Amino acid sequence: MQLAWSLDGLIAALFAVFGLGMIVTRQMLGVLQLFILHSLALAASALVLAVALGSPHLGWVAFITLTTKVIAVPLVLRWAAGSEIYERREVDQVLTIPISVLVAAGLALIAWVVAGPLVNAIHDRPFAAINVPTGLMSLLFGAFTVSVRREGVAQLMGLLIMESGAFFASIVLIHDLSVIVEVAAAIDVPIAVLVIGLLIRNINRVTGMTRVGLLAELRERR
Amino acid sequence: MSPITTHLLINLVQVVFLLLFSPLLEGVLARLEEIIQGKRGPSVFQPYLDIYKLIGKDEVVSEESTWIFRFAPIINFTMPVFVVLLIPALTSYPLFFAFMGDMVAVGFLMALGGFFVSLAAMDTGNVYGPIGASRTRMVGFLSEPVFILVFFSVSYIANATIPYIVNATWAESWSSMLQPAHLLVVIAFFMLILADEGRIPVDSPSGKVEIAMIAHSKNLEYSGTSAALMKWAGAMKFMILMIVFLNVLVTPWGLATTARLSDVLIAIPAVLLKLFVFVVVLAVIESSLAKLRLFRISEYLATAFVICLFAMSVRLAGLG
Repeated sequence: MQLAWSLDGLIAALFAVFGLGMIVTRQMLGVLQLFILHSLALAASALVLAVALGSPHLGWVAFITLTTKVIAVPLVLRWAAGSEIYERREVDQVLTIPISVLVAAGLALIAWVVAGPLVNAIHDRPFAAINVPTGLMSLLFGAFTVSVRREGVAQLMGLLIMESGAFFASIVLIHDLSVIVEVAAAIDVPIAVLVIGLLIRNINRVTGMTRVGLLAELRERR
Repeated sequence: MSPITTHLLINLVQVVFLLLFSPLLEGVLARLEEIIQGKRGPSVFQPYLDIYKLIGKDEVVSEESTWIFRFAPIINFTMPVFVVLLIPALTSYPLFFAFMGDMVAVGFLMALGGFFVSLAAMDTGNVYGPIGASRTRMVGFLSEPVFILVFFSVSYIANATIPYIVNATWAESWSSMLQPAHLLVVIAFFMLILADEGRIPVDSPSGKVEIAMIAHSKNLEYSGTSAALMKWAGAMKFMILMIVFLNVLVTPWGLATTARLSDVLIAIPAVLLKLFVFVVVLAVIESSLAKLRLFRISEYLATAFVICLFAMSVRLAGLG
């Protein structure tokens, strides 16, 4: 149990670092790779919890995360966004990277402080102290990414980090939902990615770029 | 043999270990990187040959320079040797001189060498020396907060800044080894080593373009024995940082636990093995990343700083 606790803490630390990495990385391809690692950390945490708590349901969560977020989502994104985005070295941002780093540090501290009372209130969930603050941190990082990046794909990635963060916190709170709910929730993610991916693909085709932050004027087609 | 002689002898073994193997590590790293890039590369013993060749050569000293220029290589060379007298590199218990300083003292001694080298670079009339020196200071002053925070986190987690106590804290059990705060400090310290040693994301050690150089333009002006000392000192400094990183933070195993000389000698291959594994990791990282632009270095170090901050806050939140 002690070992599982430490392992989960280790994975949570990696989860937080990968989240931070997605905020500070300029290159789209780097962000995508970090997202894969981020999702792997999520799956690993679910696996550790599954073994430690003896809950096969969490094993399913790990498996589903692995298939959707680690394999399906990157494939869909690669297809939707095309090479033009991944070859570009810099993604447009509203804030400069050093300021983003500072904000990320602030968000992390906020997550720790806010999650404190919440964790104290939960008694029968042994891993809540690790997963809830980390998940919350990731949620905030995701929201921040969505608001700061000007690039459609990067914003989508921000949404996905938010989703992963919520997952990271929830796997420790609820261990015994039926698998069907889990599958339904998990399938939503690639579908959402597919829909937004199609949208991005269309924006790219019509305007020749995906920097949605710059698309301020209404352009009518007759 | 009386205990005190043994202790002094162990100290001496550490110094010899450092002097002997530091060029080899550098050679292996250079060779590995060349192999990864699809070239054959120079022999792993090339740094030894370079040092041997340089020691036999005449030395040219600029007329414009002062005593600092001639003094700097000696200081730079002796500081790593001092460090290895203070901290245990092959043992898991304190050595004879350990009472004189902890990890902060190690940082100070390293910084002292760096300080004199920077001064010496500005001492001659060379154009590139001052550029490199001022850039090194820039990287140095950006990495300083991270350095301090790393030490702070380590002492906060392990309740000590003395290396052998810190590594005993980690080595205690797997669960203390896997603490999240520990991992975060390891990541931050690794990023710091890359920045401090002028390795790839910050500076390219094999680059030969003076205008883009950071750390490596400072000894352009040296020749003969001084150049050999600078080269050797650089290799030793690198090896010491790796030893601190590996022995204290990452893999606190394989060290001699008794004060017998035979045990210490057995620890040498174990420590070397760790160093070589680390060199392989380093070669892969260096070959897969691109060098950052000068003004991007602050971002890199800010990230390391925030990771350190994470380590502190994880600890403060009571998560071991």
